[in-house]
Amino acid sequence: MSKNRNIKTRKIKINPGAILKSDGSAKFYHTGSWRNQRPEVDFKKCIQCLMCANYCPEDCIPVVNDKRQQTDLNYCKGCGICAAICPVKAINMKRSRK
Amino acid sequence: MITKSKKTEVVFTGAEAAAMAMKQINPGVISIYPITPQTYIAENISKFVADGEMDTEQINVESEHSALSAVAGAEAAGVRAMTATSSQGLALMWEILSVVSGLRLPVVMNVVNRALSAPINIHADHSDVMGSRDLGWIQIFSENPQEVYDHTFLALKLAENKDILLPVMVCQDGFITSHCSENMRVLPDTIVKKFIGEYTPTNRLLDVNNPITVGPLVLPDYFLEIKKMQSEAILNALKIYLKIIKELSALTGRSYDYFEEYKTKDAKAVIVVMSSSAGTARQAVDELRQKGLKVGLIKIRLFRPFPYEAIAKILQNIKIIGVLDRAESLGAQPPLSAEIKNSLYGRKSMPIIKNYIYGLGGRDLTVEQTKDVYKSLLEQKQQKNSIEYIGLNT
Repeated sequence: MSKNRNIKTRKIKINPGAILKSDGSAKFYHTGSWRNQRPEVDFKKCIQCLMCANYCPEDCIPVVNDKRQQTDLNYCKGCGICAAICPVKAINMKRSRK
Repeated sequence: MITKSKKTEVVFTGAEAAAMAMKQINPGVISIYPITPQTYIAENISKFVADGEMDTEQINVESEHSALSAVAGAEAAGVRAMTATSSQGLALMWEILSVVSGLRLPVVMNVVNRALSAPINIHADHSDVMGSRDLGWIQIFSENPQEVYDHTFLALKLAENKDILLPVMVCQDGFITSHCSENMRVLPDTIVKKFIGEYTPTNRLLDVNNPITVGPLVLPDYFLEIKKMQSEAILNALKIYLKIIKELSALTGRSYDYFEEYKTKDAKAVIVVMSSSAGTARQAVDELRQKGLKVGLIKIRLFRPFPYEAIAKILQNIKIIGVLDRAESLGAQPPLSAEIKNSLYGRKSMPIIKNYIYGLGGRDLTVEQTKDVYKSLLEQKQQKNSIEYIGLNT
């Protein structure tokens, strides 16, 4: 609807009051785009205490069969809480947007 | 016409008139927190619900912030929902006022105007509602119980129109209108029902087969567009208003133009005023006209959206205008006066406009005082752009 090309807007239909005709839309909002540092996990050091998964404010550290998996970078904002809480220093924050 | 029969003639206060209209609308949810002088509306509604005269779900809450939040939730869920408040209550609702208009929820709220603290005061002025004039609510001001009653239906039709979908405040002066009895006419329930129609919300949170998201996060990439849509919607109301009042006038025989003109045709000096003081000014006009003075009155009914074009058409032909505000905009031009001046900007002829503040905290405005205002307008005594306080003890 906007003719202003300075702002990149996807062409979507905007409903009055910004009401979305679907549910669960937060899933499509990738907060990972805010990130300027990325957690790198050294799985050799990791003792699977799952402290990181519990403390992650985005809940983006998947746990399968009591084992943490790679962080879901679609949602990881790079806050570094996982690295700070890790008792064996298995997580390092790397300066990177990717 | 059915409305002219004796049976429909009643003696109501403004609060009773508001409660009666709400009863006939019979909304799905009502949540009101009592506050003087609005309490009388809450009392009446509670009685109607307790007596089974309404099947409304009445939600009791601990504050006005919660009252409007409950009403917003109910509207989003998909039912008609109404509330009422005054003064500090409206101030406490502030946060939710813009949420309701931003989410485009067609809430109708009766506002009984009362001065804002401090100093604490319970009597009429417009400082409460003027604080909320830029929050996206349509605002209609009522002179007497009859107008409160009629305007409540008008408000509902405006709010729920698919091209508007905005909340509406129906304002009346605290105590002066809300607690004084006047005779008025009510419409039969069946006529009201037909006029307001069945409520068919555009979006319903409770429609589980068609899930929606209400109130998502909107960042800079879409916010501007959404606000523009809201602005267009409230401007749409100007046009749609005229259509709705035609329908309502056909039922009641009364008129509801943006503003009421009283003897303005050949008037040299005109007073612009809102709400109950229009009655006082009308009396002053009549008395001065008997003495041959050419004076007139304009009573503003629709304050938001403000009918700039329509009012300019009338006012640009008048020599001297006195704008009476029952609220201050501290450090700036009084609210109504500012709008009147805005409407005349860039027109061919520019009338002399004088500002008056009156009636703050319920101070009476007498017919004599109003006549003095007309006389001073005709004499052009006052300097331009100064603000005069009517009845100020110095």
